[in-house]
Amino acid sequence: MLNIENLTVAVEDKTILKGLTLNVPAGEVHAIMGPNGAGKSTLGYTLAGRPNYEVSEGSATLNGEDLLAMEVHERASAGLYLSFQYPLEIPGVPAMTFIRTALNAQRKLRGEDEVGAPQFLKDIREIAKTLKIDTEMLKRPLNVGFSGGEKKRMEVLQMALLKPKFLILDETDSGLDIDALKVVSEGVNALRSPERGMLVITHYQRLLDHIKPDRIHILVDGRIVHSGGPELALELEAHGYDRYVNEAA
Amino acid sequence: MAAVKETIETVQKLETYEHGFVSDIEMEYAPKGLSADIVRFISARKNEPDWMLEYRLAAFERWQSMDEPDWAKVNYQKVDYQDLYYYAAPKSKPKLNSLDEVDPELLAVYAKLGIPLKEQEVLAGVVGSPKYAVDAVFDSVSVVTTFKDELKKHGVIFCAISEAIREYPELVKQYLGSVVPVSDNYFAALNAAVFSDGSFVYVPEGVRCPMELSTYFRINAENTGQFERTLIIADKGAYVSYLEGCTAPMRDENQLHAAVVELIALEDAEIKYSTVQNWYPGDAEGKGGIYNFVTKRADCRGARSKVSWTQVETGSAVTWKYPSCILRGDDSVGEFYSIAVTNGYQQADTGTKMIHLGKNTRSRIISKGVSAGKSSNTYRGLVSAHARAGGARNFTQCDSLLIGKTCAAHTVPYVESDTASAQFEHEATTTRLSEDQLFYAMQRGLSQEEAVALLVNGFVRDVLQELPMEFAVEAQKLVAISLEGSVG
Repeated sequence: MLNIENLTVAVEDKTILKGLTLNVPAGEVHAIMGPNGAGKSTLGYTLAGRPNYEVSEGSATLNGEDLLAMEVHERASAGLYLSFQYPLEIPGVPAMTFIRTALNAQRKLRGEDEVGAPQFLKDIREIAKTLKIDTEMLKRPLNVGFSGGEKKRMEVLQMALLKPKFLILDETDSGLDIDALKVVSEGVNALRSPERGMLVITHYQRLLDHIKPDRIHILVDGRIVHSGGPELALELEAHGYDRYVNEAA
Repeated sequence: MAAVKETIETVQKLETYEHGFVSDIEMEYAPKGLSADIVRFISARKNEPDWMLEYRLAAFERWQSMDEPDWAKVNYQKVDYQDLYYYAAPKSKPKLNSLDEVDPELLAVYAKLGIPLKEQEVLAGVVGSPKYAVDAVFDSVSVVTTFKDELKKHGVIFCAISEAIREYPELVKQYLGSVVPVSDNYFAALNAAVFSDGSFVYVPEGVRCPMELSTYFRINAENTGQFERTLIIADKGAYVSYLEGCTAPMRDENQLHAAVVELIALEDAEIKYSTVQNWYPGDAEGKGGIYNFVTKRADCRGARSKVSWTQVETGSAVTWKYPSCILRGDDSVGEFYSIAVTNGYQQADTGTKMIHLGKNTRSRIISKGVSAGKSSNTYRGLVSAHARAGGARNFTQCDSLLIGKTCAAHTVPYVESDTASAQFEHEATTTRLSEDQLFYAMQRGLSQEEAVALLVNGFVRDVLQELPMEFAVEAQKLVAISLEGSVG
């Protein structure tokens, strides 16, 4: 599914990722954990194609397709979804309009038929209900004046409607209280399937109580320094990242 | 790959100005240049009464003593007024009673522009959509006006102004120049001297005009100025909604469009005036394009009258335009909703004047300026309250959006009040289209062009909502097309 080989990335001439290698097979959920500044968000942004993230070496493919050769929106249509740590506000564009426009743009690029308004309305209402999003909120400009929790629920709503093949969750737990965390995690868990892969980027172990990963990778100074099973999260919670940081130094 | 090819084709199509074609139609011209004789020529061609000729000649004399204004924030090569044609008309019968008499070539032009001239045709071919009466002005003359008979049943007069001068001289005499006097400004004086055609609307007392009225202006001929004159009168308690659209062929030289529009709303009357201006903006190097020097003003003459201006300005090389309201009647209301989009080397200096004369008059200004490329976009507005305009209120919101790093946005608001009880509010913002927002939208599947279009349409949404629905959709597309190629 997602195959990253020796990925080296610089942002504004500063090398952040230094030869990162990572493979996430279909059906699995992998977590990336690491201290601040290790390059966790950079990995998500690079895969999604954020401007000014310069790849100098390495490769990244999704189901064999070269992600790095594609435009941002082509990567999205190919099935890559990045849930933002800080979702952007889109003034004047109702959430519903935004999502439907995005969905149909993706479908058009894939040569599929557009989803009609009635079907879309039915789908979005159904999913909004499970995420405890009020339908009135869908008519408001996306994320404008929304609380941190509301924005994260909107991110999950979008992924549920866009049905990507691969999900990257960037610090999805930040800014969430325990109730919101539960709703959001349930939303994400509902999307787990044998065909879909996920990469969960998080600083804390807390999120992994709710979204249980198959494997955990520790990212320090731009490289994966250690990989293990779910038990690794508990060890990190108890002892912190110091051991790995010192080893890397 | 099919999708990619289609995208490329679509973008290529969008990058060319869609209405830029030239139609080969046999024309009759007045000799080049401007003189009292040319004014007489135009008046004679239109079989005008003497009073009209005198009005024109007085305006011409006045114009000769005036100077072209230079206070607007626009730079352009001055017009050589002696190097223009002031009258160009398709050669055909002077007065047309039905579409059968219209030159098929001309009909083809309007068909190509997507403007329904046949009464059984409805807009965009959608069955069941509301009816729109259309006055089609081609260069200097109105070629046809539709639905005239049906409107007449309601007492509504909708015709070419040249026809109104002949058929309804009393109405024209009473109102023409009563809002924008000949001496108002350089371009208004020029227009008064040489105006060739435009629309005339009179809605009688208590009548709600049964359909949208619209005029489509088309400049086709080379080296020809278009001087449209529009006069709309809503009598006591009447209501009318009017829309104008404009297009022109792509030409390397600049062309002059100097219009005057006067609106008069009597007691309890309401006029809604919408403009979708899509004159040729010039090419990518800033060559060619229309000079759009327009004076539009409404007089809310009666108590509780209301006028709303809504404009979507995407075309023209240079725009100089301030649709205004004189709030004379007590409790009268003026509104101005504007979207001005500039790209390439376009320059726009546009805004409004709200002159509060009556008691408890209210006005509202929402202006959205979008600048891209190397363009310059200025909002210029005046809100003033006279001594007897107690309780006057204004709210102004002026937002500018910048796309890229080589464009400019300016806001020049003037606020004057001679009464202590006036309440004027002004809010203004300037933002740059954020790379982060674009990236976010693109990550969800929108191409860069689609993302820009969506974000910009979000920015101008408050104003789009003021347009009649069918035109809002059209305007939304137009805004997107105008910004093609503005990023990256």
